[in-house]
Amino acid sequence: MTPAPPGLDCAATPAGDLIGWVSVPEAHRAVDAVWRLESARIIAGLARIAGDVGLAEDLAQEALVAALRQWPESGIPPNPGAWLMATAKHQAVDRLRRDERLQRNVDLLGHELRTRQRAAVFAGAPEFDAVTDEDFVPDDLLRLMFVACHPVLSAQARVALTLRLLGGLATGEIARAFLTAEPTIAQRIVRAKRTLADQQVPFAVPPAGERPARLASVLEVLYLIFNEGYTATAGDSWIRPELCYEALRLGRMLAELSPDEPEVHGLVALMEIQSSRMQARLSPAGEPVPLLEQNRGTWDQLLIRRGFAALLRAQSLGRPAGPYVLQAAIAACHASARSGDQTNWEQIAALYDLLVRAVPTGVVELNRAVAVGMAFGPARGLELADALTSRPELRNYHLLPSVRADFLAKLGRFEESRAEFTRAASLTGNAAERAVLLKRASAGFPQSGTGILKTP
Amino acid sequence: MRFLMTVTASQAPDEKVYAEMGQLVEELTRTGVLLATGGLDPVGTRVSATDGKVTVTDGPFTEAKEAIISFALVDARSKDEAIELARRFWQVARTGEGAIQQVYGPE
Repeated sequence: MTPAPPGLDCAATPAGDLIGWVSVPEAHRAVDAVWRLESARIIAGLARIAGDVGLAEDLAQEALVAALRQWPESGIPPNPGAWLMATAKHQAVDRLRRDERLQRNVDLLGHELRTRQRAAVFAGAPEFDAVTDEDFVPDDLLRLMFVACHPVLSAQARVALTLRLLGGLATGEIARAFLTAEPTIAQRIVRAKRTLADQQVPFAVPPAGERPARLASVLEVLYLIFNEGYTATAGDSWIRPELCYEALRLGRMLAELSPDEPEVHGLVALMEIQSSRMQARLSPAGEPVPLLEQNRGTWDQLLIRRGFAALLRAQSLGRPAGPYVLQAAIAACHASARSGDQTNWEQIAALYDLLVRAVPTGVVELNRAVAVGMAFGPARGLELADALTSRPELRNYHLLPSVRADFLAKLGRFEESRAEFTRAASLTGNAAERAVLLKRASAGFPQSGTGILKTP
Repeated sequence: MRFLMTVTASQAPDEKVYAEMGQLVEELTRTGVLLATGGLDPVGTRVSATDGKVTVTDGPFTEAKEAIISFALVDARSKDEAIELARRFWQVARTGEGAIQQVYGPE
């Protein structure tokens, strides 16, 4: 049984206030929205107290269930986040009392609760808010991000756990976003939480020595989420904007929590600028539109401005540009070109030269080949792309034949080009992308553009 | 999804409301939720057109009640989330009236 949190005497709410009696579905929707906005802070605050992310999430979930039961009757409390936190903390006391392993925390927490909340009960709602504000420490969110993206977990587990703990997404929503069965995601999350507990991963930001690698892991997870939305690797829809938005939201949050990390701002800049093209990247028929053929009038200038601001923040920190800052700088080159043929490809090629040194992967080299081809002619580009055909990690990567096909077409070698487009189509798992590639394979004339390579 | 929140009437803010509103705006800006916000001159200038013939009329207008006096452009994942943000706004602003409208366009 959930003890009623203090300061929630909803009967005392003055009539005519926005908070009042609500219908059950309305209350459930409100609980859902509050959960999405507040759950990360609540779980983070609880994890600091309980020292265990899994337990923290269970407690937060129980508070959510209590809200679903009580809010339809009581109305939505004035400070719903604080209500959930207080309820969860009461449950934490109950739980921790039963758990001898955490006995010392009980004494601490019990004392804290008694003194602070007794004060709150007697002082009424405004003080209640003030009291619980102390429970929301911004650094807890940063700790939660580092833990959810801890290298003891697989990349898939990090992604799922991050969306769950920081995005407030339900298991079913994560499963739908990744076209995975719900039990698979549920199991992935359970295992991840167990691994964190078994490995005794502390709820803490990593020590200075580990920080760069751990931060890289966080950034990687956010960009994985973003990219899954930006170019869905499977399924019928090419873009899943809700995933992009989630990654962007978490990136913006991270940028506020660690303002001195240029790569964080670099990643945010990259995601903001890429998001600005979301509408332009799909034709009305739902087909992907190559960057150079996009209607730049539909690029979202607000997001572009945010992207430039984030890039400037990164550069103002005066450290050598890392991979995300470089990619953001490339994205900014595209964003600042008024039309495709005004693109400064020489500068983009130069940025790719730097990026290849920082991230010597086949995909980055392929992007460089495209930039070089645009800057210095298709023969130079094809030469670089041809050199990549022996790279094992690109063997089944559809964009390599797609890029080669494009250069071949520009060089007038149409038969070879068609064969490469067909091959590219056979390698992609995305229906919309395959349709475009097959269309180009059957087209009897050269087309402009760089194929559908995802250019930052 | 973007939502435009507008206020057409609100009680005159006192010092406490100012401070709390400042805090809320700061928090929502920091977290990337609030994209743009501002107060508007309630007087304004009315522009109307009939078959391309444009008429410009300077205010003030007698029926100023519907005039928007402030706005906030927010990023939210759903309409319910936008409503929740509005709830927070009005918790601070206390008394008044406004609207939430989804902005069609980029997700």
